Amino acid sequence: MKKKSKTVAFGGICVALALIFAYIEVLIPPLFTSLPGIKMGLPNIIIVFLLYRKGPVFAGIVSLVRILLVSMLFGNMMALMYSLAGGVLSLLVMIILRKLSFFSPVGVSVAGGVAHNIGQIIMAALLLETSELGYYLAVLAVTGTVAGVFIGLCGALLIKRIPDKLI
Amino acid sequence: MNNKKSAKKHSLRNDIILITAVILAAVIGLIYLNFFRSPGDSVTVTVDGEVYGVYPLSRDICEDIYSGSNNENHNRFVIKDGKAFMETATCPDGICVGHKSIFRNGESIVCLPNRVVITVTLGEKTDSPDVII
Ligand SMILES: [Zn+2]
Repeated sequence: MKKKSKTVAFGGICVALALIFAYIEVLIPPLFTSLPGIKMGLPNIIIVFLLYRKGPVFAGIVSLVRILLVSMLFGNMMALMYSLAGGVLSLLVMIILRKLSFFSPVGVSVAGGVAHNIGQIIMAALLLETSELGYYLAVLAVTGTVAGVFIGLCGALLIKRIPDKLI
Repeated sequence: MNNKKSAKKHSLRNDIILITAVILAAVIGLIYLNFFRSPGDSVTVTVDGEVYGVYPLSRDICEDIYSGSNNENHNRFVIKDGKAFMETATCPDGICVGHKSIFRNGESIVCLPNRVVITVTLGEKTDSPDVII
């Protein structure tokens, strides 16, 4: 029982931290104003960390709760659809690659970042009924990779440094 | 320990392969999209997935597109010198206004927030009022 409540409390802290990261991201002025799809994906640092230290189920729940809360706080129904498409695909790719242990956390995070953008492009293609989004896909693949490397390095540091008794 | 180290090296190499592959695919895609498509002859505008209008690239125009439930969203797209671009938009991100002008078949400018897409097409009939005699 004690362990269970500790897990729930820790999950809550992770969601709160992910929300703060999402908020910080809103505050950072965009690098290229003409390309708004570019986000650092700071909350993903926590997801990558959880994936390695607490397992896919825990990471998945925190990710979904985070997406629902961010969309309710800062977005609308459309934002939720995009976030869910990106978040779920990214999570699935990262869980599979983590299982295969083919890549380090950096590679897993890069794949997750690119998958996140691909998920959003697919959702956009469905919503707008257009397949002409290749240009966006190419640009977002590059930015997703750059962001993924940064997120992965941060995540790898946390995975290594955070002591077990804290989580 | 030695084993662990070599596994780490292994995954680092895989990481680099993955990153290189993604960047390479994106660059090849961009080069293809930018240089290897033939010019189109008209622009199709869709709002919410519905065709809003088709305009020939050969004639300069400036068209205001209103979208949203109360027509609260506005995009102004322009055809000038055979190229189309978004001049102004009320969307929060401004990606469509920052997009370079388009003229090759299949190129498009997407305004996700306003759900407006303008796409260059080839060999489609244009239904501009001016050609009705
Ligand atoms: Zn726009």
